[in-house]
Amino acid sequence: MQDILKQLNDKRARARVGGGAKRVEGQHAKGKLTARERIEVLLDEGSFEEWDMFVEHRSTDFGMAEQKVPGDGVVTGWGTINGRVVFVFSQDFTVFGGSLSEPHAEKICKIMDQAMKVGAPVIGLNDSGGARIQEGVASLAGYADVFQRNVLASGVIPQISVIMGPCAGGAVYSPAMTDFIFMVKDSSYMFVTGPDVVKTVTHETVTHEELGGAITHTAKSGVADLAFENDVEALLQTRRFFDFLPESNRVKPPVRPTQDSPDRLSPSLDTLIPANPNKPYDMKELILKVVDDADFFEVAPAFAGNIIVGFARIEGSTVGIVANQPMVLAGCLDIDSARKAARFVRFCDCFNIPIVTFVDVPGFLPGTAQEYGAIIKHGAKLLFAYAEATVPKVTVITRKAYGGAYDVMSSKHLRGDVNYAWPTAEIAVMGPKGAVEIIFRAEAGDARKLEAKTEEYRQKFANPFVAASRGFLDDVILPSATRPRIARSLAMLREKKLENPWKRHANIPL
Amino acid sequence: MSRPTKPKPAAKKVSKKATPPAGKPPFGKILVANRGEIACRVIRSCKRLGIATVAVYSDADAEALHVREADEAVRLGPAPSAESYLRIDAVLKACRETGAEAVHPGYGFLSENAAFAEALAKAGIVFIGPNAGAVQAMGDKIESKKLAQKAGVTMVPGHLVALKDADEAVKISRQVGYPVMLKASAGGGGKGMRLAYDDAEAREGFRSATNEARTAFGDDRVFVEKFIEQPRHIEIQVLGDKHGNVIHLGERECSIQRRHQKVIEEAPSPFLDAKTRAAMGAQAVALAKAVNYDSAGTVEFIVDARRKFYFLEMNTRLQVEHPVTEMVTGLDLVELMIRVAAGENLPLSQKDVKLSGWAVEARVYAEDPLRNFLPSIGRLTRYGAPAGEGVRVDTGVYEGGEISMFYDPMIAKLVGAGRTREQAADRLADALDAFEIRGLNHNISFLAAIATHKRFRAGNLTTGFIAEEFPEGFKGATPDGEARTALIVAAAIVQRRQAETEASVSGQLPGHEARVPSDLVVRISGLGDKPEDHSVALTWTDQGSYALRIGSKTIAVTSDWRTGDRVLRATLDKRAVTVQVERDNGGWRLFHRGVLARALAARPRVAALAALMPVKKPPDTSKFLLSPMPGLLKSIAVKEGQDVKAGEEIAVVEAMKMENILRAPRDGRIVRHHAAAGDSLAVDQKILEFG
Repeated sequence: MQDILKQLNDKRARARVGGGAKRVEGQHAKGKLTARERIEVLLDEGSFEEWDMFVEHRSTDFGMAEQKVPGDGVVTGWGTINGRVVFVFSQDFTVFGGSLSEPHAEKICKIMDQAMKVGAPVIGLNDSGGARIQEGVASLAGYADVFQRNVLASGVIPQISVIMGPCAGGAVYSPAMTDFIFMVKDSSYMFVTGPDVVKTVTHETVTHEELGGAITHTAKSGVADLAFENDVEALLQTRRFFDFLPESNRVKPPVRPTQDSPDRLSPSLDTLIPANPNKPYDMKELILKVVDDADFFEVAPAFAGNIIVGFARIEGSTVGIVANQPMVLAGCLDIDSARKAARFVRFCDCFNIPIVTFVDVPGFLPGTAQEYGAIIKHGAKLLFAYAEATVPKVTVITRKAYGGAYDVMSSKHLRGDVNYAWPTAEIAVMGPKGAVEIIFRAEAGDARKLEAKTEEYRQKFANPFVAASRGFLDDVILPSATRPRIARSLAMLREKKLENPWKRHANIPL
Repeated sequence: MSRPTKPKPAAKKVSKKATPPAGKPPFGKILVANRGEIACRVIRSCKRLGIATVAVYSDADAEALHVREADEAVRLGPAPSAESYLRIDAVLKACRETGAEAVHPGYGFLSENAAFAEALAKAGIVFIGPNAGAVQAMGDKIESKKLAQKAGVTMVPGHLVALKDADEAVKISRQVGYPVMLKASAGGGGKGMRLAYDDAEAREGFRSATNEARTAFGDDRVFVEKFIEQPRHIEIQVLGDKHGNVIHLGERECSIQRRHQKVIEEAPSPFLDAKTRAAMGAQAVALAKAVNYDSAGTVEFIVDARRKFYFLEMNTRLQVEHPVTEMVTGLDLVELMIRVAAGENLPLSQKDVKLSGWAVEARVYAEDPLRNFLPSIGRLTRYGAPAGEGVRVDTGVYEGGEISMFYDPMIAKLVGAGRTREQAADRLADALDAFEIRGLNHNISFLAAIATHKRFRAGNLTTGFIAEEFPEGFKGATPDGEARTALIVAAAIVQRRQAETEASVSGQLPGHEARVPSDLVVRISGLGDKPEDHSVALTWTDQGSYALRIGSKTIAVTSDWRTGDRVLRATLDKRAVTVQVERDNGGWRLFHRGVLARALAARPRVAALAALMPVKKPPDTSKFLLSPMPGLLKSIAVKEGQDVKAGEEIAVVEAMKMENILRAPRDGRIVRHHAAAGDSLAVDQKILEFG
């Protein structure tokens, strides 16, 4: 009997060494952790249960029959993060370069299927050279099996991808279909075709980092949401991020008790809006002073900085925050900011996360670059997302809410549940100056008259009371009381029921 | 303190012993012709005396604290001082409109302006300060020295005549003997002063002092005097009334100066003996009597290593650093100024003046000590002033308020007082640890480095202290043993508490809930050259404290810190420590004793894996001109390939509609532009690259 038990231990030990000490050393030399080390950092101590440790590939071509490593290049299983269940796969670069074989894909599919059944998120730690070329089309089929599951799981369970090494070719499309992508600076990259192919086809010379590094994707392309300095930081922050997310679309977001009183006032917010309407201010200060414990997890901070999105808690419950940022491009909407916010709003709506929107938007960014880039369709995404969302929606207009952008930003007209404005709000078709130039085009030469008319327009519309008089706002509130008012609203909305008409699915402009 | 509070000044105890308001207040209404902390300070005494107050303000100060604190407020004009706080006519108009009977000028602005005092007199309004004759006599450096000499005050060897030209500057410098100081006659605040060790420097010093004096004061007279080596700056507080009584309230030592600007002041001086104090006091009183001095004033002396003292100048106003005198005398100088201005007799005589205990004041400024004290402006997104026994804060700001570019960027004056110098300095250092300022750069780390500096603690001061102790400029504070321990303990405690909070999340697997680790490794950087690992074992004891085992030591730690608090207060084996904490990328940023450390506190296994992570060198920014603030790049005055001299204007950044001129930090060649005019800049964004 002892022998048999020992046999198990030996087999496990063999699986745990992965690609062997030398390859592990190589992995460390690159500043990367191994697949199992990463899981140790990500999950609660001792909580990981590994599945399919003994799975091996079945291919025989090109001498593969002699090369078998238990686990076949991916570590899969489940564990907990602060006691909550999560399924994990972690590709092992020390085994066949983490390349995806048919059994490798089967292992991933197995935990995804299980995650769907129990309603728990999946976190993928990607570090793979790509398809197992020796297996040919079987490997491609494996990718597609994963893709299909990513799509079916989308909106049912949260899916997070952490890119911690190479992720190239078809492999990029699995992370691309998950909800969030995190990357590690200097050691991860994602692209459809690598620098060599780029050079051959377009004669561009570009490094891996420039083409698809963490900075590229978090600042330029917007493909990835966050870039971290190293593996440990990425994994610890993923833990923090996970704490905001619900397990699935069947449950409410988690609640974490806080000592931060919902009644807490922030007198300093009464001086947040500068006297000069053209002077920017930092919307993040408002967010930090409204949410519990000033704990705000911003998503995609480096991309489209004119809109801020991220998670926070109010009275312990997760909320999604969307806010225009006057510090960047005056907080206007453009292609990138609309795409970024639309996807975030839809994530929140999928997972029962109430949306709090802070509005200071002077309109859409003008210009040929925007029009040729299809701002019409991209801007519509955000409009569509807000209009479609049935989760609680609380909106606070702090200053400008001009034109179509006013409608877009979770307005009352898009089924906003509670819409507030600060006394400094200006809700109008456009700024006073522009408006007067159009209305009084005939008097364009008369500067004095235009000035007087501008002032008249300002008096009339550069305030929240016109909108409030029509019921487009539920109340005008003191900035210092923003947290208490939002907290009460969200408490009231906790049991909100609203359903969209039955449909196969909507046709969001893509 | 960690929660945003109502924007009101932190508890400020002027003195328990201050004269209680007796009978009718000396005036019905006083206008305070100043701004910032001093205006608030004056208003506070007025309120206690039952006197109504009028604040005045510029457009930049419409929301300022002094305006909120006063009973009434009158707008003077646009933001620049010349169009507001320096406008005598506007202040007079405000007096008439509000019916103020007297004006307290604070310091700076119109406080030593004889024309202002005269204008008030003509309008029948009392100037709370000395008579115009005294202001005038002491306002002129050369005149004042002549008067002082006549009054028997010890003088620095020198030549009290304005120099005609550079040749004369050299001639007289030789007569006096090098080293010499060339000084603007109308000077003050370190402007128009040049040190010369030889003829060439005297020649150059004369030129630059003359130029600077002309632009700064509109008066280019410059004279020369002996330069005292190893000097200390010690000043005597005097107080006179309109009946010929003059007393002194002992000294303040203000030797810790940076470029002639006082940084730390204390009372008494650790250097003076009773005999010297009495001699200096007697001379100060003699001088005050010579000009019929009838208010609070200060006679500044320079004291050499053998306690020989020489007259520097007399300031005919309330000094910035007056709180340290108040703390050791128990008097309210503002109240006394008001009373004598109303014609009352001084309520005490020299023998009633008792000095007890010690007080040390630090000037908290919006400036970046790590960037050569570049002034910082902007919104105070967080502001939490310390409070507690022996702590006094004089401030003119509140959370959500603004430090504007128009005025002195002082945020507050922080005083630590106690029975002994050591206790006073300890309290100051603890209060600095708790002082929370966000939104702009501040000099707390620099002040903390001085307050805990060995040489400062030894009382071994000279006006060269900062230049000698920080010859390369300030590069950040170095933690001592206690500070290191405090930082490591703080990291472990906040991590433990944070883990407890995280483990309270809903939706956990029943029966398999999260466990809070009790063994941690604190991986901390910022204490030395390399990150350090410290193993910490935490046990919750039945005494309501954690027992922390760090290496071979066990420390009993209590703390009420909870998730979200930005200030951690703890006792470490009964030693009270305060550490500011902020979450930072899975770890913590910790601030204590002027040291900014970054710590990861994690399970030993995670810490071991973290140790495998590559140490990435932060990008070398010394070659770059970085934007000191978020703003719009208006223009770049230099081309790629151009050579620039230190101090030359190279770019203009517009922030909040203000144009901020960025100058070359050193000589060099511009090799590359990283931003173009019209770009919007983040803090620390590269603008230019030097070769």
